[in-house]
Amino acid sequence: MSQYVLELRDVTRVHGSGDAAVHALRGVSLTLAAGELVAVMGPSGSGKSTLLNVAGGLDAPSAGVVVVEGTDLQQLSATALAALRRRSIGYVFQDYNLIPALTAAENVALPRELDGIGARASRREALAALDEVGVGAAAADRFPDELAGGQRQRVAIARALVGPRRLVLADEPTGALDSESGESVLRLLRARCDAGAAGLLVTHEARLAGWADRVVFLRDGAVVDDTGPRLDAQALLAQGTGS
Amino acid sequence: MHTKYAYCVSMPIRHGLLALLQRGPMYGYQLRANFEAATGATWPLNIGQVYTTLARLERDGLVEPAPGEDGDGKVTYRLTAAGRSELQAWFATPLERRSRPRDELAIKLATAITTPGVDVRAVIQAQRTATMRTLRELTRLKAQADPAGDAAWLLVNESMIFQAEAEARWLDHCEARLTSVPPGGAPPLTQPATANDPTEVAR
Repeated sequence: MSQYVLELRDVTRVHGSGDAAVHALRGVSLTLAAGELVAVMGPSGSGKSTLLNVAGGLDAPSAGVVVVEGTDLQQLSATALAALRRRSIGYVFQDYNLIPALTAAENVALPRELDGIGARASRREALAALDEVGVGAAAADRFPDELAGGQRQRVAIARALVGPRRLVLADEPTGALDSESGESVLRLLRARCDAGAAGLLVTHEARLAGWADRVVFLRDGAVVDDTGPRLDAQALLAQGTGS
Repeated sequence: MHTKYAYCVSMPIRHGLLALLQRGPMYGYQLRANFEAATGATWPLNIGQVYTTLARLERDGLVEPAPGEDGDGKVTYRLTAAGRSELQAWFATPLERRSRPRDELAIKLATAITTPGVDVRAVIQAQRTATMRTLRELTRLKAQADPAGDAAWLLVNESMIFQAEAEARWLDHCEARLTSVPPGGAPPLTQPATANDPTEVAR
């Protein structure tokens, strides 16, 4: 069993072939441990979203290995991959992807119902997840259209966090939210990671990436730099007094 | 808190001290403690800076020793009328954007694109990584703060967060601008009229 929640080894993704081939990712390696929030930054077209999709099993690498919770995604059948995505990975997208015909609670409960845990238990889990992100019981039974943007995004995050998942993938999760709501989204992700999840956050906003433990910089599909992990308190202390 | 910041903002200590004295007379150590309480030790002051600043303020007629000493023989200072109006004027006047540490960065990048053999993208990336590390530490301090009890300090902290963000955005902008300029597309150096390098004549 890998010590990492997510491991990318030398991952390459090429779209098309021959002269028309586009190298979206070129030999990217990255690991996420439990408790870690990693931000990926880079200009448009640098491969950020491809990286997230490959990490989440939504897209397959042309070469290289993607391991989630110790399982090599390429070794899985389509059915097994779908089950692993549902059970182990939460996704938060810019456009929320909530189902308009379902209430907030039903949206959050859906992946758990698909897991086969039963309607009552999944509703209970959904309400707990909504409560964790600050969406109260009153809003839980409203439809996405009836919620403000910030609330909708909280529901989307609750859906990504519901159940036992430990890998959260977020692609520009604050979208068009104002600065205050955007920050509360990052606080939620941060709290979830502090509680033991691993988070991969794609953003172009430095202020949001500031919530991560580590920032990885992507350009033309390759990792060009990395802030390295945060120094722990002891290391900071040693640095402060060691002069 | 002894966090190292990439930014070493030179705070107008003079007006900070005047503002503290508006609350009432204080002696040097009280001023220092209150200054650090107000700014969350973001700009640590040493006691020497406090006394030097007080001496200049006294010379300029903005503060004066308060009559009588406290039991320990410490000199307390208070605002003069001129000090009060100076303080009022400070609060009433918007700050001009003066020389900031970032200007050094602007100069560094401006010279980097015109200096042969310098990898400007590497310069930008090194700065971006350093800025993100700063932002990470500032954000961490912010996350630990108590929104009610640390309100004044949070204000200072967020000011630094937004400045770091602005720098990161500006670096992104510089990089995008470089990408749109073909390699070697930097403006030619202003050559002395007597330049005799044949390659320069071609320009």
